[in-house]
Amino acid sequence: MRNFILRRLLLGLFITFFGAMVVYTVIRCLPTSYVETIARQRASNPLSNKTYQEWLDQLNSVYKLDVGIIPGFIGWMGNAIRGDFGESWHFGIPVTEKFNQVIWYSVIINIITFLVEIFLSIPLGNLAATKQYSKTDYAITVFALAGISLPTFFLATILKYVFSIKLGWFDLYGLTGRFYTSMTPFQQVLDIGYHMVLPVVTLTMLSIGGLMRYNRTNMLEVLNSDYIRTARAKGLPEKVVINKHAFRNTLIPLVSYMSYLIPSMFGGSLITETLFQIPGIGYISFQAIVRGDIPFAMFYTTFLLLLTQISLILADIMYAVVDPRVRAN
Amino acid sequence: MVIIMPENEDKTPKMDPEATQTGAKPEEMHLDDARRVKVLSPGMLVFKRFIRNKLAVIGFGILLVMFIFSFLGPLFSPYTQTEVFKGVGTMSKDYAGATYNTELRYTAVDGLQFGSAERAQFLLALGKNLESFSYGDNTYYFTNEDEGVYRIMQLETVAEVMLGIFRPLAGDTVAEDLKAAYQTAVDNKQNSFELNGITYRMTKNKKATQISIEHDVALAMLPVYDAYNQSDAQVISSYDFKLASTRAIAKEKDSFSVGNQTYSIKYNEGQATIYTSAGKEFAQVSDIIVNPLDQSLFLPVSFKSAVREAIYNDEPKFSYVDETNETEHYSIVRVNTTYNIKKETSTELIRVFEKPSGKHLLGLDNNGMDVMTRLMYGGRVSLLVGFVVIFFELFIGIIVGGISGYFGGWVDTALMRFVDLVNSIPFYPMVLIFGSVMDTLEVKPMARIFLLMVILGILGWTGVARIVRGQILSLREQDFMIATEATGLRTSRRIMKHLVPNVMPLLIVYASSGLGGVIIAEATLGFLGLGVKYPLASWGSIINVASDAYVMTNFWFMWIPAGMLILLTVLGFNFVGDGLRDAYDPKMKR
Repeated sequence: MRNFILRRLLLGLFITFFGAMVVYTVIRCLPTSYVETIARQRASNPLSNKTYQEWLDQLNSVYKLDVGIIPGFIGWMGNAIRGDFGESWHFGIPVTEKFNQVIWYSVIINIITFLVEIFLSIPLGNLAATKQYSKTDYAITVFALAGISLPTFFLATILKYVFSIKLGWFDLYGLTGRFYTSMTPFQQVLDIGYHMVLPVVTLTMLSIGGLMRYNRTNMLEVLNSDYIRTARAKGLPEKVVINKHAFRNTLIPLVSYMSYLIPSMFGGSLITETLFQIPGIGYISFQAIVRGDIPFAMFYTTFLLLLTQISLILADIMYAVVDPRVRAN
Repeated sequence: MVIIMPENEDKTPKMDPEATQTGAKPEEMHLDDARRVKVLSPGMLVFKRFIRNKLAVIGFGILLVMFIFSFLGPLFSPYTQTEVFKGVGTMSKDYAGATYNTELRYTAVDGLQFGSAERAQFLLALGKNLESFSYGDNTYYFTNEDEGVYRIMQLETVAEVMLGIFRPLAGDTVAEDLKAAYQTAVDNKQNSFELNGITYRMTKNKKATQISIEHDVALAMLPVYDAYNQSDAQVISSYDFKLASTRAIAKEKDSFSVGNQTYSIKYNEGQATIYTSAGKEFAQVSDIIVNPLDQSLFLPVSFKSAVREAIYNDEPKFSYVDETNETEHYSIVRVNTTYNIKKETSTELIRVFEKPSGKHLLGLDNNGMDVMTRLMYGGRVSLLVGFVVIFFELFIGIIVGGISGYFGGWVDTALMRFVDLVNSIPFYPMVLIFGSVMDTLEVKPMARIFLLMVILGILGWTGVARIVRGQILSLREQDFMIATEATGLRTSRRIMKHLVPNVMPLLIVYASSGLGGVIIAEATLGFLGLGVKYPLASWGSIINVASDAYVMTNFWFMWIPAGMLILLTVLGFNFVGDGLRDAYDPKMKR
């Protein structure tokens, strides 16, 4: 087991390293005029306290643009390992500092979404599986597929149209209301929670379908297995059969599936946050990427790469934790 | 594949005639009668299972409609996707401004000056209800000729009278006739008198009375003079003309004369028109100033007159016939004390955001283009992008997965690590980077679509590769592969002819579900403004306008239809994919 985890960790590091290299190469292969234009734009920005040449020099020093791609990447990697990701062009502060400011909004939203998703999709998935091919099953399947088929931006826009504009229940944008600064801390928390409703609903509706269908398939598989037949033959009530014998066995694939959700939990949700202008990591990195903020883009992609690898490793470990058969091997 | 058809199977109406005939008398047939056994090809079997799935058939129907809409629709659409609809509309443009004159305007006598310092002193005196004021060594006196018209004169003191004693201030003595005239004036309680053609004015200075010769300096007046003929402006702005005309107007006289010219006056509401003796319009006097907004523009007096008339009559609109005999319409909007005159010009306007109508079923968009037609062409792009990307993904995926699965060993390990690597590259950040680079490089709309396809394909092929590899790993151990090896087939042929076709079912399922994902990805990019660009359209870029809250609120027909099309299409692909998965997967057999 230890060997396996060690091998897995090494592979994860390997992929993170080369993934970052691919991203770095892509960024380096951008036409230089682009980088120069951005540097010029930043320099002509009245808020900028650096000249064009200084921006270009900074760019060169951080990314070693004056050297080849491989030495340049090694230089960047050296800085990155020491935690130095450079200064964000768009925000003008160190990348990691900006990251610390915004990451928690995303994490909170995504954890809430995750909990809502679990509480809705597991019972629904079980229901659909136990009543396979019934009207309920069809309704749940259509609902799940509709959730998968909805483009994020369309769902978010529809929700905003109905609940913000037509009904006026929620604000159109943002995480805080107009009177946020004059509120007591408790009211501020409520206000933020209130503004998170629509984003959470959007994210839940989009992701619920996948988990629900996954759970349904697993449940169906379990329900067809011999030990369920045995349980039924023993004369156990159907409730006990489903909840105790069947459901527990669906948890094995479910736990690993949940590990795959880690990147989306910490990596923010780029589109949803952008649409609701929630200042989380997704929206911030969208702004940075669209404006060609290379240090931030590099940092964000590397962060996502790491998250993906961690989630994969965790999924493998979770398999072993949950399923004794895997542990034995 | 062989399935047993039970006699009372009513779900399969298409039995061969013989079987149906004998089916009526089942007792004549043995259980293992060959006619009871119907042989279906695997493809047919899948098809049968597929059409039994209601959702899959619905999905297929949706897709069919979408394809007809996108690929055949444009043939029947009367418009093209870049056709801009224009219409004639009235545009009211600020043209001139009018206001009641509240500022005195000064006209100095020829050759004399009445500078700003003097003016300021005059205004001060006026405000304090004084009759005279002084500036420097000069003393001025003014009279009110008419409402808002003041005549300002300069006084030159000749004598001072104190308790009946005359003291000369100019010259040595005070002439006797002056004294006499003064006395008469005092007796008559006048404050001015005339002597030998010179006007004298008496003013109080503390206890003394000063006798001064007065001569005109300037006129300060509120009424505004407009010359009908620019060449007459000189005459009209002269002191004499203004004095004579205002005096005449004050008394509502019909005529007056300046020099040897006689003028007649006609009154109309608050304005007076002055005619020459020949009966030609000469000048207009009014208390409303009309100025063009564009200073280079010259407003004819007749226009100003029309404006004033409309203001006096409180009319919100008026029309005016210009020099070229064209009637133009104007509207007047009052803002506090000023009136804004707007010219209503009919111009060719692009009909943006027009509500749905019979001619344009879904209205017109922000560029004045037909939304319905753009949805059709946009559907072509969206569907084509989906298909091309999926084929591209399949192409790379089959090659990489096939090689990896077939050869195994270190090739497999290396390729799979490569697949892991590509798979771990975050999708949206990468696509956004490419999108903004294409923005900066100003890639042409058409080239953009192709680049987009390539990028989406490059980032998405790993799923295919994994499926193919996994399948081939298990397939290559089977007997038919040993047979191909025994017959000495080429490796490429063995992979392409014998392995890949066996992977096809899974790939078809993957592709039909994947198409939906690609369409969503493309639409999301379009929505973020990084995908397909104007003048070309895709469903995503059509919805892009809804990121403007104003458009989202007011023009539902701009974005809801496009969104519904995306939703339905993706749903259709998912239904079909789901149906195919069930149809191919024997485990799911009902």
